[in-house]
Amino acid sequence: MLPPLRPYRKPAPGVQPAHLHPDYVGSIKRAPSRALVQIPQTLSEITGPRFESRQLKLGADLTAQGQAAPIGQKIVVSGRVLDEDGKPLRSTLLEIWQANAAGRYRHPVDQHDAPLDPNFIGKGQLITDDEGRYQFTTIKPGAYPWRNHPNAWRPAHIHFSLFGPAFATRLVTQMYFPGDPLMPFDPIMNGIRDEGARRRLISSFDWRTTIPEQALGFAFDIVLRGRLETPMENRP
Amino acid sequence: MTRATGNEGFGLIVSQTVGPFFQIGFADLYQNDLTAPGLKGKVITIGGRVLDADRSPVPDAVIEIWQANSFGKYAHPEDAQDKPLDPGFNGFGRWATDANGTFTFRTIKPGPVPFNAETSQAPHINVSIFMRGLLDRLVTRVYFLDDERNDADAILKMVEPERRSTLLAQPDLANPDRYVWNVVLQGPDETVFFDF
Repeated sequence: MLPPLRPYRKPAPGVQPAHLHPDYVGSIKRAPSRALVQIPQTLSEITGPRFESRQLKLGADLTAQGQAAPIGQKIVVSGRVLDEDGKPLRSTLLEIWQANAAGRYRHPVDQHDAPLDPNFIGKGQLITDDEGRYQFTTIKPGAYPWRNHPNAWRPAHIHFSLFGPAFATRLVTQMYFPGDPLMPFDPIMNGIRDEGARRRLISSFDWRTTIPEQALGFAFDIVLRGRLETPMENRP
Repeated sequence: MTRATGNEGFGLIVSQTVGPFFQIGFADLYQNDLTAPGLKGKVITIGGRVLDADRSPVPDAVIEIWQANSFGKYAHPEDAQDKPLDPGFNGFGRWATDANGTFTFRTIKPGPVPFNAETSQAPHINVSIFMRGLLDRLVTRVYFLDDERNDADAILKMVEPERRSTLLAQPDLANPDRYVWNVVLQGPDETVFFDF
């Protein structure tokens, strides 16, 4: 007899952004038009890939990947990865990527007329520790223009990718910076209808991780789906 | 357990698009060949295209797969089945589409995994699809058209019969170990996407 599955809670309606958000023009031809088919979580959804034994090629210090320090405001971004019950998620992989201080990505598709920084690649990886903690050292990314609508600019952000314990907890998101004046105008942020969920993507300035004469600290905790309270048999 | 600092308010962190530049962060874990010498089971390839509402190829999608090994066992501590793990098979793949919207994975055909205590699911691969334009991932499954266990699969039965074929990879007539599976994001033959 197998132990009962422990499925994950579903987000309340309107918390996760819908696929179709016409103000975000890229969604119009890529979002499905049919309703998602609701299925129960099975062993396939409550298991997921694990990376804790993998040798990571990238480090957590994005300012140490070149011959010299990259241009820009050095920052420390740290926090914890938790589930919705506040339980730390240890040994989970985080991948991040970002633009440089001028708002330019090291990517062939990025044609923004801003300089590349030879000392900045803009990617990092780490595995959370036993308390679910993570810490990256990087530079503050610049805002950059895009062509979604006239005079469109993305607020400064860092892309985060996490797996968590299961296929059901996979998350790719973006972390924003407090006080960025571009945020209220960003169709990507505004695709999240729930104001609280939107605000939770904004990091906070953090004296505790601010390093004197070196780097400003920003705190960003990442909360993944928690389990349903009661283990239940997974029956339709 | 509470947080001492951080973003405003405690609650779920929701999804945002991967955008057009995910390759910077994702490339180090690109893996479209999950096979290794000595693995048990049948080596197969699954290839296809990702197409948008105009049936134009999507050149900037990234596809992740998660699957059981040939015995139907996931390399994960919550799979308590008394089935063998296959060392060297971790069940994860990640690959980006090319300029023509095409992708290919080479892997081992998964075995059946349980649906509940009494019944099994037909062999399938779990799929996440990310791209610019999608604020949240799309989740779907690949089943195998030539597998007779599909008829009894509880998840496939939850899909309208006329849409089930979007989940079935078709074996190549000349080479039955090669399967074709296309993803249509929007339109009359739109792929079935799941939520759970």
